[in-house]
Amino acid sequence: MKTQPTSLFQADLVKEAFAASFVKLNPKIMFRNPVMFTVELGTLVMLFVTIYSINHTDQGSFAYNLTVLIILFLTLLFANFAEAIAEARGKAQADSLRKTREETPAKVIKQVGEMYLNEIQIVNSAQLRKGDVFVCEAGDTIPTDGEIIEGLATIDESAITGESAPVIRESGGDKSSVTGGTKVLSDKIKVIVTTEPGESFLDKMIALVEGASRQKTPNEIALTILLAGFTLIFIIVCVALKPFADYANTPITIAAFISLFVCLIPTTIGGLLSAIGIAGMDRALRANVITKSGKAVETAGDIDVLLLDKTGTITIGNRKATNFYAANGTDNKTFMNAVVLSSLADDTPEGKSIIELAGSHGLKIPTLQNDVELIKFTAETRSSGVNLPNGTRIRKGAFDSMKNLAENAGNTFPSEIADKVKFIASNGGTPLVVTQNEKVLGVIELQDIIKVGIQERFERLRKMGIKTVMVTGDNPLTAKYIAEKAGVDDFIAEAKPEDKMNYIKAEQASGKLVAMMGDGTNDAPALAQSDVGVAMNSGTVAAKEAGNMVDLDNDPTKLIEIVEIGKQLLMTRGTLTTFSIANDVAKYFAIVPALFIASIPSLQGLNIMHLHSPESAILSAVIFNALIIPALIPLALRGVDYKPIGASALLRRNLLIYGLGGVIIPFIGIKVLDLAVGMFF
Amino acid sequence: MNTEILGVILTFILTVVCAIPLGKYIAKVFGGEATFLDTVFNPIEKLFFQISGINPKQEMTWKQHLTALLTINLLWFLWAMFILMNQGWLPWNPDGNPSMSADLAFNTAISFLANTNLQHYSGESGMSYLGQIACLTLFQFISAGAGMAVCAMVFNAMKERTTDKLGNFYNYFLKSCTRILLPLSLVVALVTLFNGTPMNVEGKASFISMQGDTVQVSRGPAAAMIGIKQIGTNGGGYFGVNSAHPLENPNYLTNIVEVGSIILIPIAMVFALGYYLKRKKLAYTIFGVMTLGFLLFLIPSIYLEMNGNTAIERMGITQQMGSMEGKEVRFGSAASAYWGIATTVTSNGSVNAMHDSFTPLTGMFTLLGMMINALYGGVGVGFLNFYVFIIIAVFISGLMVGRTPEFLGKKIEAREMKIATIIALLHPLMILGATALSSFIFVKNPEIGWLNNPSFHGFSEMLYEYTSSAANNGSGFEGLGDNTLWWNISCGIVMVLSRFLPIIGPVAIAGILANKKYIPESAGTLKTDTGTFGLMVFAVIFIVAALSFFPALTLGPIAEYFNGFRV
Repeated sequence: MKTQPTSLFQADLVKEAFAASFVKLNPKIMFRNPVMFTVELGTLVMLFVTIYSINHTDQGSFAYNLTVLIILFLTLLFANFAEAIAEARGKAQADSLRKTREETPAKVIKQVGEMYLNEIQIVNSAQLRKGDVFVCEAGDTIPTDGEIIEGLATIDESAITGESAPVIRESGGDKSSVTGGTKVLSDKIKVIVTTEPGESFLDKMIALVEGASRQKTPNEIALTILLAGFTLIFIIVCVALKPFADYANTPITIAAFISLFVCLIPTTIGGLLSAIGIAGMDRALRANVITKSGKAVETAGDIDVLLLDKTGTITIGNRKATNFYAANGTDNKTFMNAVVLSSLADDTPEGKSIIELAGSHGLKIPTLQNDVELIKFTAETRSSGVNLPNGTRIRKGAFDSMKNLAENAGNTFPSEIADKVKFIASNGGTPLVVTQNEKVLGVIELQDIIKVGIQERFERLRKMGIKTVMVTGDNPLTAKYIAEKAGVDDFIAEAKPEDKMNYIKAEQASGKLVAMMGDGTNDAPALAQSDVGVAMNSGTVAAKEAGNMVDLDNDPTKLIEIVEIGKQLLMTRGTLTTFSIANDVAKYFAIVPALFIASIPSLQGLNIMHLHSPESAILSAVIFNALIIPALIPLALRGVDYKPIGASALLRRNLLIYGLGGVIIPFIGIKVLDLAVGMFF
Repeated sequence: MNTEILGVILTFILTVVCAIPLGKYIAKVFGGEATFLDTVFNPIEKLFFQISGINPKQEMTWKQHLTALLTINLLWFLWAMFILMNQGWLPWNPDGNPSMSADLAFNTAISFLANTNLQHYSGESGMSYLGQIACLTLFQFISAGAGMAVCAMVFNAMKERTTDKLGNFYNYFLKSCTRILLPLSLVVALVTLFNGTPMNVEGKASFISMQGDTVQVSRGPAAAMIGIKQIGTNGGGYFGVNSAHPLENPNYLTNIVEVGSIILIPIAMVFALGYYLKRKKLAYTIFGVMTLGFLLFLIPSIYLEMNGNTAIERMGITQQMGSMEGKEVRFGSAASAYWGIATTVTSNGSVNAMHDSFTPLTGMFTLLGMMINALYGGVGVGFLNFYVFIIIAVFISGLMVGRTPEFLGKKIEAREMKIATIIALLHPLMILGATALSSFIFVKNPEIGWLNNPSFHGFSEMLYEYTSSAANNGSGFEGLGDNTLWWNISCGIVMVLSRFLPIIGPVAIAGILANKKYIPESAGTLKTDTGTFGLMVFAVIFIVAALSFFPALTLGPIAEYFNGFRV
């Protein structure tokens, strides 16, 4: 994860958030948060009581009432500040991304009638509409998101990903998407605009971290209901206390009632709830993941199964030639010669590695003649090769397709090569059979290189309870070898796009939540079907539309981070709720004796904290209640640490820290505050 | 060890030992398996189903279950109102007891229908034999059976599958009555019968005491009622002083059987859940949480009662037997405290000692048992209340481990939380709201005359009356002039709401969850059958349910307790 090492409270953000805290006092905004809204009502009542107590004494002294009023007001501000600082941080993060898409000139190809004329017009990027086509040449900044329809270019995407190495984007394949704000380094491309202005993924993400349009996620709604329920219970408790006190001839001041109420309702979690949600989106953004909804991040925390492509994710993507095995009766040199000829035109890393290996065997590498006919790899033939001017046909390809080729021409497939093929496959390699004029010459062994550290990542996923599934076009033997070596739990070998889809559907039918990463257009249906679909930013527009997240870094293992962010989000809510409710125990023991001690002195026995006076006890409790909100803002923004130690162990741990801690800390806090407050009241 | 304490331990262990096989049996009954009573009851049941045109194999949705439950309850209510208000002239009234007033009949009908058995009358002088048998004893069966039937539906809904077909209410109901309640209450009735409890339809007997006075002793069909009132967590006694009456609870043996019967089915229902769902560990976890809470109330109560009353101590009177005010010498203080806690944690409400005379903190523990109302709880409904706490605990702890909360493979979402929250809220609303109203009325009209002990104790009496009503318990702190319009009507309303809403809530949650997609357990799933989760439920129960009553308890028993030290 690329996290900018910024402090939680940057001076300018704090300033911005401070101002916003006051704006958010507007009851209309406050109403969204039922817990804090009741605190606001209480503060309003206290305002009248304070004014009343200027020349009356039956509601306690003016100084006491004023202090309660100020603390309640601070409680509101603290809660607002938590939300505001989370928003400010999210916005700052989004702005840094948005900067990349400041207005840039775009070279639009003007449409006349039904055809695109090559007349180029310079317009502002803001005026681009979906379906417009523009051209970018070396040195141009790409004005907006789109898909390459013609050409190939190297592009510097560092503005988005922070990665300085340029990437190649070309039309047709799975890497045809370009992002606004990135720079073309070489060549010329023609791009079609894929989004309307203001509707790009980034725009959607920015809306998610800005409070106003943020939609509550289902879990958040359920929690808000529970918190509203707690608030209602305590309204009942406090309202009923009035006739109880009258019955016992114990006058209770309005300040004491409101203090008791505000202390009992879950203000800690109520005040921090929206900050937690926004901070979750912000963390996703910092991980360079753009999500289309907050729900997707939360769902990521529940993922049971994760589908990963082998190539580029588990292995470094490029297979390397490691061995040549010639057939009996074929000279080693003839074989290598044919191999090199067939690979000269092959620009893939695999092709290059073959030539490299041949070179290391001492073969003189010929240069490519112009008059050879190149046969490109296709999915049907599953082979590639060259036709030399002298009529020699050299092919290399997968075992079964080459076997067909040889046998159709009446040649037998040598048994020793068949054995070698099996041997290579069972060792995780890819056998590439080479034929010359439909006669088998030998087999090349290509080996996958498994990424360093990938085993640890899968181990971590397993501890989180997530099953990893490797998707590969390899044969089952190879796939099994790699799967075991990399430590994935299952694999889909010789995968066709519909295999992925079927696997996802089968898992979902048994109630599992499935996540997958993908980039190609043929991944789109599976991305749409999966519960969490993460599309690579380099992927096709179809893939990006189908998924519910886009990873700007094109890092297939990013899902681990997304899962952790999702879990952290829920955990932070859960632990702070527990903490908030556990706090009530101490607050009861501070306030309840204080309410009645004046008229029932024997209740001193209930004052187990030995607080100085009723006023001091109540004030200490309210001050503690207010201070705990800013004290927990850093935790709310950073999130509670997730440790993959199993659900029960995690519950035990969090229950110990936030449950037991939540019972004990306020006892200490209120007592300490009382020592100070007791000097005045 | 002290024999009194030994007796209590023996009683509890015996009960649990009986509850385990009973749980297995109940699971069989609910699971539709053959049981040994089939030969007797199958033909009778078939006849009943044929007459009423019910197909017991036709499965119902949770809404149909509720409709059936509420409909038959309404019919029973009308039946009870008719009998109670006309029993004076109806047959089987040898003592010539009068018909009830409308408000008393309303209170009594609801009380027995709601499995509460709060009695604002005294059996000897307020009920005819027809009323006792055709109304009260009948209702003690059917209210308990109805509670078990909805609980069976919730068990059914907790199975690992997705469906809206959750068994047949009438089938569950009838099976609960005939296969579980009837045989068990018969056993209890026989034990009391052989120890001297009357079972006849004759009027008062008179004898001349050793002082030479003529004493009138009420009799009647008592043994039958005592069996079911104990077994079905009803608690409504035949005689006014309930099981403190020598004919209702003659000796220590009957006391063991009667107090054991109070918690027998509530405990067995938990084990039944384990057998029914094949999740024994979950059942043990729930049993563990319930027992922990139970012991937390029981142990200090026994200690306090055996230690005597501080007020009496100050008078210079030694109390070797402990605090014996309002207790029976044949049971002693430990067994009385045990009964007091057992009858309040379950929604039974029968008593063998006067709760009004318990030491203040024991009084508080009896109150807390009813305020939580889920530690064992009433037959069937006790588990439903506990289920709501499980849902809340699952939700919070699910979030705490970073996963959308799920219980037995079903996701807990906003709709379920809304229902669970409302139900959790209802109990404090009923108890505190009604007590607040009464306090208010009393403060405005101190001469109203229905509160004999103004003071903390008087407050405890009011609080107890509503807590008992809301918990469908039915025991009384007494000391109230309770057969008055205010108490009859207000308690009646509290009882009816507190009976049916807490049934509707969990049934709805279970029904909605049953219809959701089943998610198999994975390594990331939070297990609900562990000690850690048990602790979580326990914490939720205590912080959410018990602490909301802390201010109220402070003005009642806690103030009384601390005042006791003041000289």
